Amino acid sequence: MTIKLNRSAPSIIAYIVLVFLGIFFILPFIWVLVSSLNTSATFSVTWPAHPSLENFQIVISTGLVAQPFKNSLILAGSTMLLTILLSGLAAYPLSRYHFRFKSALMYGILFVSALPILAFITPLYALYVALDPIVHMIDTFHGVILFLVASALPFNIWLMKNYLDSVSIELEEAAWVDGASTLTALFRVVLPLSAPGIAVVGVLSFTGAWSNFFIPFIIFQNPDNLPASVNIFSFFGAYGSVNYGQLTAYAMLYALPVMVLYITVSRFFVKGVNLGGVKG
Amino acid sequence: MQVEVARSVTPARGGRRRTHLRTGILFMSPAFLIMLIFLIGPVLYAVYVSGTNMALTGVGAASPQWIGFSNFSHILQDNAFFNALRVSLTYLVGSALIGQAVLGMLLALLMRHRHPVFKSILGAIAVAAWIIPDVVAGFLWYAFLAGGPQSIVTPGLLNSILSTFGLPQHAWLQEYPMAAVIVANTWRGTAFSMLLYASALEGIPPELFEAASMDGANIWKRVRYITLPLLKGTIATDLVLITLATLSDFTLVWVMTAGGPGFKTQLLTIYTYQQAFKFYELGYGTAISLLILAVGAVLSLLYLRILRIEL
Repeated sequence: MTIKLNRSAPSIIAYIVLVFLGIFFILPFIWVLVSSLNTSATFSVTWPAHPSLENFQIVISTGLVAQPFKNSLILAGSTMLLTILLSGLAAYPLSRYHFRFKSALMYGILFVSALPILAFITPLYALYVALDPIVHMIDTFHGVILFLVASALPFNIWLMKNYLDSVSIELEEAAWVDGASTLTALFRVVLPLSAPGIAVVGVLSFTGAWSNFFIPFIIFQNPDNLPASVNIFSFFGAYGSVNYGQLTAYAMLYALPVMVLYITVSRFFVKGVNLGGVKG
Repeated sequence: MQVEVARSVTPARGGRRRTHLRTGILFMSPAFLIMLIFLIGPVLYAVYVSGTNMALTGVGAASPQWIGFSNFSHILQDNAFFNALRVSLTYLVGSALIGQAVLGMLLALLMRHRHPVFKSILGAIAVAAWIIPDVVAGFLWYAFLAGGPQSIVTPGLLNSILSTFGLPQHAWLQEYPMAAVIVANTWRGTAFSMLLYASALEGIPPELFEAASMDGANIWKRVRYITLPLLKGTIATDLVLITLATLSDFTLVWVMTAGGPGFKTQLLTIYTYQQAFKFYELGYGTAISLLILAVGAVLSLLYLRILRIEL
């Protein structure tokens, strides 16, 4: 795919503006980068006298990383996969079919998800306690994952529905004419074309689950099950002298998996496939 | 949300309609079942709790009683609530509606046709700001804005830069707390809007722009008469989503200012937290949460009205 690079005057202005914005975005990060290499870091941004990776070593070796990160990966990864699957499935009828209560349904599910999470904690815990005789939910991974998925679904169903709206129905109808069932057409025609939607939903749901602190904090009781999001919260809230070097090193490690996911998936954000089969 | 091409299956009649309904229900049921149990259930319970005087200590703990709308009428007579409402709305308009949406659109528009490597780097930085957890983002900004004439801590990056240019330093979080949290939240959330708009822009056929420029339309005209109208759906979606997200924002501001100094940056969520958790008044706190939800719902319906969007 050839990329048209624009070298005219408006383009140069655009670059200048973008560079300024880039600087705006990167400034607060500089402190993190610089401090993580400094064993006696403060708020000021100064290149350390003896830059070292010791902060990272300390953070990793005191068990703040291995188990919590593993837990976080399980939670976030499962949430992401389930959310993509369920929101894609649910968004399809909402996009394709007419039904009278469609608007109400869509608004309803969206607003329910807007309730601040603080209001959910007590009811959810009470619910889990009530369910205990039937199915054990407290201190389980599935107990946390199911709620994370539930809270990610409304937002992501909306997003998926909007992405699906832009996949022309003619393509699917062509597949149906060729004998494909609804499900086959969905998987082989629609889904690949809605790759940007799936990519965004994936990143969003993973990130949301990765950084969710309240729910694992409440539901898990065994400290070995706690994910990194809980650990980092207590790290930042530690009383007494806070070691900014270790704090920033931990923050960088914590942000890493999410960044890796984004970088891997970002090329799907751009819809570049031209099937050529639909005019206008 | 992208350009609306023919999207609906022709409304079905009779047997076809039944098949649609059946398939529709089948596809939607796993998601809706999970949402029903884990989301709607607790919400209904929360609605019930908001009508009680449930608390973690005292009378409300031993035997919570139904007090009807009592919590709500107390809230509506509480000056602190209205202050928090004002703070939250200012925060919303400043950081989300003006900040994130406009900046996100600007970035998405400017980034088209730029060099791909430049795009990836800038995009990654913006997304990094969005992706890092609230706690970290709050602390980053705390450190960035640290210092000032009477501060005992070393100056953060902003003050250091200002002092190298001979400009006065300030204790930003004390002197301009609202501005500080608004800018921080804009920095934080812009990438989301940028992503939405960027992928929506991809859906506009380039022929439309070419035809317009051949007719003599300059950039502003093209944006105003082609881009924005075609993106109405995306704009509505974006505004609704960031409004709901911003109204629930808590950690970023909490870490930066804890709602202070005084009550200057006490968002509705921070007010809720203090009522529900510091004073252990669960019923009261839950009632406030429901009011926050109502505010979000009203605003969303307003956007859709203004933009004349239909689902």
